[in-house]
Amino acid sequence: MSGRRIGVYVCQCGGNISDHVSVEDVVAAVQEEPDVVVARTAMFTCSDATQQEIIKDIEEQKLDGIVVASCSPKLHTFTFREMSKRAGLNPYEYTQVNIREQCSWTHTDDKAGATEKAARLVRAGIARTRLTEPLEPIVVQTVPRVVVIGGGIAGLRAALGSAEIGLPVFLVEKGARLGGWVGEFDGMYPHGKNGRQLMNALVARVRRHPGIKVFLNAEVVEKSGSFGNYEVAIRVKRDSAETQAETVAETVRVQAGSVIVATGFDAYPVSDGEFGYGLEGVLTLPEFKRLVDAAAGPLEFDGRPVRSIVYIYCVGSRQPEGNQYCSRYCCTAAVHASLLVTARGAQSGGEEGRAAGGAVRPRAAGGPPRQYHLYRDIRSYGKYELLYNESREKGALYLRFPDDDPPVVERAAAAGAGGSGYRLTVTTRDLLTGGEELTIPADLVVLVTGMVPRENDELVKVLKLPVGNDGFFNEIHPKLRPVETVVDGVFICGACQSPKNSAEAVTSGLAAVTQSAAMLKRGFAELDPLIAVVDAEKCEWCGACLAACPYEAPRQVEVDGKAVAFIDKATCKGCGGCVPVCPTDAIDLQGYTDAQIRAMIAGLLQELTLCRA
Amino acid sequence: MAGTEGFSPKILVFSTNNISDPGIDLAASSHMHYSPDVVVISLPCTSGIKPGWVLYAVQQGFDGVFIAADGEECAYLPDCSRRTAKIMADAQALLQGQGHDPKRVKMAAICSVCAEPFTNYMHEFSRMLADMGPAGGSSAGPSPAPSGTGAA
Repeated sequence: MSGRRIGVYVCQCGGNISDHVSVEDVVAAVQEEPDVVVARTAMFTCSDATQQEIIKDIEEQKLDGIVVASCSPKLHTFTFREMSKRAGLNPYEYTQVNIREQCSWTHTDDKAGATEKAARLVRAGIARTRLTEPLEPIVVQTVPRVVVIGGGIAGLRAALGSAEIGLPVFLVEKGARLGGWVGEFDGMYPHGKNGRQLMNALVARVRRHPGIKVFLNAEVVEKSGSFGNYEVAIRVKRDSAETQAETVAETVRVQAGSVIVATGFDAYPVSDGEFGYGLEGVLTLPEFKRLVDAAAGPLEFDGRPVRSIVYIYCVGSRQPEGNQYCSRYCCTAAVHASLLVTARGAQSGGEEGRAAGGAVRPRAAGGPPRQYHLYRDIRSYGKYELLYNESREKGALYLRFPDDDPPVVERAAAAGAGGSGYRLTVTTRDLLTGGEELTIPADLVVLVTGMVPRENDELVKVLKLPVGNDGFFNEIHPKLRPVETVVDGVFICGACQSPKNSAEAVTSGLAAVTQSAAMLKRGFAELDPLIAVVDAEKCEWCGACLAACPYEAPRQVEVDGKAVAFIDKATCKGCGGCVPVCPTDAIDLQGYTDAQIRAMIAGLLQELTLCRA
Repeated sequence: MAGTEGFSPKILVFSTNNISDPGIDLAASSHMHYSPDVVVISLPCTSGIKPGWVLYAVQQGFDGVFIAADGEECAYLPDCSRRTAKIMADAQALLQGQGHDPKRVKMAAICSVCAEPFTNYMHEFSRMLADMGPAGGSSAGPSPAPSGTGAA
């Protein structure tokens, strides 16, 4: 016995763990362990109620260490450290054991195996906790300035948000203008606001704000320094004064406490021949939106009135190969664009159509074009369902095609022959009318494309941004820490993170402002004190640790007349790279000491008695 | 074929907090399975692993140790791969010195989205260790023939 008083809490995670791990058996297997004073399960250890119970245990049972066996440490390490603090327990006396991602979820096929593994993992956690020591966080000063990368709606709003609460901003835009995608749009859903006007107003506010310095044609090419005080190098291309044709690049270096990444998305690039792309009259959703926005009255294409439009949904999205995700905004964007077409058609030639029966009926001559929406599923979520309803009420036809039998777009045979003059035909099957095959003549075919991540290899390398399977940047946690990344002080927002509409992009941009400002306004941040320490008695200064450290954290000092290594707290990154190079085993990494790792290894392997069901 | 009937090798994985451990977490969220005899200890960086820990793990009863390194993605050390490879070679030498097959320690780069590669490595390593049979803890038999460890 080490004389420690340890509490062990095994989470059921509402079935996420307890469906595949017998949590009662885990508790039974560890409750007799030396030093374990309390051991029990909870439905959700992260809930406020359970945290209160743990706090009560810590206070009443005088616990000096706790083990929480629940989800990945990426999710709730801070939750339980804060809880420990509230209970008066040093937060570094707590150990998180991952029995969800690394146990219950991955052994759903073997409950007995998962239960035994969970018990072993918890025992290793107890073994580690026996050897914890109270530690104090390292405090670093933060520079109250922000670098925002990307001049679209999310980046502009983040820049303005930061500047308005007194944090100067360096706004870096790769292109030659601010405004992004939204700055090119006319009417936008849900309220028909004009995107260009909206962005002109936002850009004007950004330009006017004395706290925002804008760099156009600029890229972040380097990030150095440490958390709280990064030096960011921005390469700015300018037209050369002498020869207008040439551009010269200069590099500006700025100091900033945080970086907000808002680099946006690209439209799905349709390949030639994909749903007839390349044929005259086959457009992607962004191309169609430009056409609609430019039309003052009834829609025309290539000088001729448009009488029939076919929309094909989910082009490039929700594919078994390629982009598996749904971009979510495209259904509503296509429905909204089709309503604009209807409205513009009705402005001039709608009289005849209206006379027929109150609601506007799509008529070929003079009125709005006939519109056919060929879809797999319509995802006009939330309030946008109203737009979908409106579109149907105004006469648009929705035909559902089978996933494995998509529509075929072809040039119309002998265009003009027979007097129809339609450029294109679309052949599809409609599941809603018994799978009947239909051929629809069309002047325009709109491929409803989604969002894809931008190519940002250089930036990913410079900032060490985590990239997901789908190519979008990854947050630490989609619900709990939605704009933070694993890189301290680097935040993500907008559509570089996942497909988002403009309102969602702004919401996340402002969330990034809040997270960044919470850190920068305080003037300091606390870092984990999990750094390397030297045992001066064992150390016989040889310089191997210094040679192993690119940050030059170790330095030679004299203790009682003996030359030994000392590791600078604020400089040490806590990687442990110096630990194995020390010839006298004099270095330990706090939180991962030699004794702790060996105790965990032994704990993972000890004899285990489990009552098997 | 497994060296011993019904033998499921015990594997210790050293992962890294920011890169390979999230990759291992992702295997679970992607509904991938591997043996429950695989357990993970996460560290900040694999360049901080003491070769002695690998030997200790095998002596205590693990049949194999897998180092899930960051490769080129390590946020701390640009030469992390080279350092971890050196630790790996030193660990192999230690294992061999104590009569264990140096192939009981394996290293690969596992990125933060390397769910499938990790799962595949666990299946392959499990099969290989099953063929080799139990490590036998600290009382290993005579030293097997060297198999190109590159250890100093």
